[in-house]
Amino acid sequence: MAISFTLNGKSQSVDVSPDMPLLWVLRDTLNMTGTKFGCGMALCGACTVHINGSATRSCITAISSVAGKNVTTIEGLSADGSHPVQQAWMEEDVPQCGYCQSGQIMSAVALLSKKPNPTDTDIDDAMSGNICRCGTYQRIRKAIHRAASMQAGKAKSAA
Amino acid sequence: MAVASVVNRREFLRTGAAGGVALVIGFHLSPRAFADQAAEQEQKTPNPFDAWVRITPDNRVLLILDKSEMGQGIMTALPMILAEELCVDWKQVKVKQAPTNPKIYDHGTGGSGSVAGSWLLLRRAGAAAREMLVAAAAQKWEVSPDTCKAANGQVVHGNPKRYLSYGELVEAAAKLPIPNLNTVPLKNSDDFTLVGHDTRRFEVNDKATGAAKFGIDSRPSGMLFAVVARCPVFGGKLASFDAAKTKAIPGVRDVVPFETSGRGASTTGGIAVLADNSWAAIQGRNALAVKWDEGPAANESSAELHKQFLSNAAKPGKVLRSDGDADSTLASSTKKIEAAYELPFAPHACMEPMNCTVQIRPDGAEAWVPTQAPQWAQAVIAEAAKLPPEKVIVHTTLMGGGFGRRYQADFVMEAAQVAAKSAGKPIMVLWTREDDMRHGFYRPASYHKMQAALDANGNLAAWKHFQTSTSIAAKWNQKPEEDKGLGEFGTGATLPYLTPNLRLEYTLAESSVPRAWWRSVEHSSSGFVIESFIDELAAAAGQDPLAFRMKLIGGDRKIPRFGEGPDSPPLDTARLKGVLQLAAEKAGWGKPLPKGQGRGIATFYSFNSYTAAVAEASVQNGAVKLHRLVYAVDCGRPINPDGVRAQVESAAIYGLSAALHDAITIKDGRVEQSNFNDYEMPRIGETPKTEVHVVMSKEAPTGIGEPGLPVVAPAMCNAIFAATGKRLRRLPIRTEDLA
Repeated sequence: MAISFTLNGKSQSVDVSPDMPLLWVLRDTLNMTGTKFGCGMALCGACTVHINGSATRSCITAISSVAGKNVTTIEGLSADGSHPVQQAWMEEDVPQCGYCQSGQIMSAVALLSKKPNPTDTDIDDAMSGNICRCGTYQRIRKAIHRAASMQAGKAKSAA
Repeated sequence: MAVASVVNRREFLRTGAAGGVALVIGFHLSPRAFADQAAEQEQKTPNPFDAWVRITPDNRVLLILDKSEMGQGIMTALPMILAEELCVDWKQVKVKQAPTNPKIYDHGTGGSGSVAGSWLLLRRAGAAAREMLVAAAAQKWEVSPDTCKAANGQVVHGNPKRYLSYGELVEAAAKLPIPNLNTVPLKNSDDFTLVGHDTRRFEVNDKATGAAKFGIDSRPSGMLFAVVARCPVFGGKLASFDAAKTKAIPGVRDVVPFETSGRGASTTGGIAVLADNSWAAIQGRNALAVKWDEGPAANESSAELHKQFLSNAAKPGKVLRSDGDADSTLASSTKKIEAAYELPFAPHACMEPMNCTVQIRPDGAEAWVPTQAPQWAQAVIAEAAKLPPEKVIVHTTLMGGGFGRRYQADFVMEAAQVAAKSAGKPIMVLWTREDDMRHGFYRPASYHKMQAALDANGNLAAWKHFQTSTSIAAKWNQKPEEDKGLGEFGTGATLPYLTPNLRLEYTLAESSVPRAWWRSVEHSSSGFVIESFIDELAAAAGQDPLAFRMKLIGGDRKIPRFGEGPDSPPLDTARLKGVLQLAAEKAGWGKPLPKGQGRGIATFYSFNSYTAAVAEASVQNGAVKLHRLVYAVDCGRPINPDGVRAQVESAAIYGLSAALHDAITIKDGRVEQSNFNDYEMPRIGETPKTEVHVVMSKEAPTGIGEPGLPVVAPAMCNAIFAATGKRLRRLPIRTEDLA
């Protein structure tokens, strides 16, 4: 039976087993490979996407539970990498192997939407579900602070 | 090129002429063959416009990368070297992965050796291309090439200046004679505009937008996803299976039993479940009813291995080095210190689980492989496909971590065997996290009995290091006791601390657990043991740990590397003392710390690079808290200093992972851990404030992907000793050892 949801702003319908995790629907059915498989048990955060704006581990999220909801993946964050968090990631040269970074960025965007000016402790709390084997954590912290100031600057100039 | 007769450390496998895996090369000790050799190699020199540099008429510059990018930044560092000599604007540059062709390229990526091994080669290739472009311009203008100059992707001549862009010149340039690479003029390093300057990672945008394609993202048309059931016990075999339930799962297409064997195999094979998507393949595997013949390894355990270590340590080992007479000095010493250290198996745990995609047709094969060794992957697929290697196209993809794990070919072998039975369909064999954790090649487990004698002045009268371990060499059917390269000690066999009596002994511990190169390999163990024990000696001598080290390193000298050939650079004590002093100074060594915190120091020489670290740590709620890490590194000339800092920051966390968290343990012949719940790794909150101070040396560049690792555990444990008086002698650190 087809399941419909909104994916990166566009309506999407898939006909797959209802218990199939969103992760595999994205990666294997829709060939959207920016969202990564790391553990399959919501332990590492590599598969993080936004569902109705909340950071969610897609590897344990059955596709049936996504019906009618808004899903945003790394591909939907911006058309051209211009999202402030992506820009900050580039400026701080955060990624090494880069495999976990889609998930890191999605968690960071969700954090900044709730706390536009997070402390290091806020960052450590919000990002604790995302493992980086290359150990880019120090640069992730810096990049989140940078993105926060970029967004604050933007908000100011818009005001 | 040095051909190692034994497997004494990073051994590197190359494709032999017959297509099998043949020659074993001590790669990181040897510069690339034709960088330093003359006539016969000269003929093999490819045209730089074929091998390394492509320039389009509209002045786009494509530089070819023959090494694999796994996060270490090689996709940036190597093209920087080429671009520097080629004299092009970095903004013009794009990078393209080389086709797998071991006749032209030295693909193997490991041993922290890519920059060191490519430095001269790529400078010469870039310079040759530049000289050919200059010569082409000179011909067009009918002037002497000496009066022309290359800069920013153009050749300039005369006053008033006239210009020809590389795009206008490339067609003529590529047809000109190739300059002699041994004499082609290289830029004066004072004129470098790119090398030595912080440069952002080439592929950073793709990694921030999700566009970067890793092996696991390969999607050739018609591909099936496969997940494999493997015997959980090392060396076990398939007895029987029933796939009826599996085949009933929607999306499952086929069930394919297969075997793997020979050099590089990690298992005996298994049963592949092929499906339309990964999820169906995983469900299908779960539904298999399988009987395994577990074999003799089913009795093995970490507890038994520990007993084996103790029993080995109670007897003398094979003497690998003996200077003076350590035993009698120890026997007669009035100040003798003894301690035993132990380290467990450690997994690579790359974030991207192992995977490989292969398509085999009768006339050729194609593969998408996240590999550090595409040449080995090509040979393995060729063998499975019964094709000559040149009929196998291997695309080296980005890797979600490598750390040595992806130098192996086991995951390629599996995919090749399944693809060979899949009627021309492309097959991705995908490993789940559990597969990856339980079927790895682990850093050896080791046990070290250390003994030392101090004289009345607190000098080192004798040093004795006995080690027993599940060596890497033994996994590859070599006897480490006969290994004059002392592979299990690494550069730990070349002790920088002065002593007249030094003895190294080794005994192999038997184990069926696969072992291989894990980030920094044996140095990860040697660094911890030697730098912790030296700290114990400093404490026993009542001396400051930094001053004690400086005194024992002594005067400036170059220590030949014990047991290694003349092409191994000696350990330069001036550079070692340099990093120790720099780290100490930047960390504020000797200055007061908040109550409860301690400061520890460690230094190590590995991959021809010098590293020192100062850690500030405390014990909080029964666990180690690392507050600050200050590194000094001397890896020769840094190509991309920010890339060097990134690698050291990374190695620190990787080393901390194995020091602070879980080990791989064995019970009933199988790995007990399965996923990131029972093999935990550091998370962002555990990250210390890390500073990396890079020596801006003009020496030849040396490794940096790994050398940051060996010092982190001893620096931290020495800091804990300074804070609490507790000496930590086994990793990972246990709560009871802190109490």
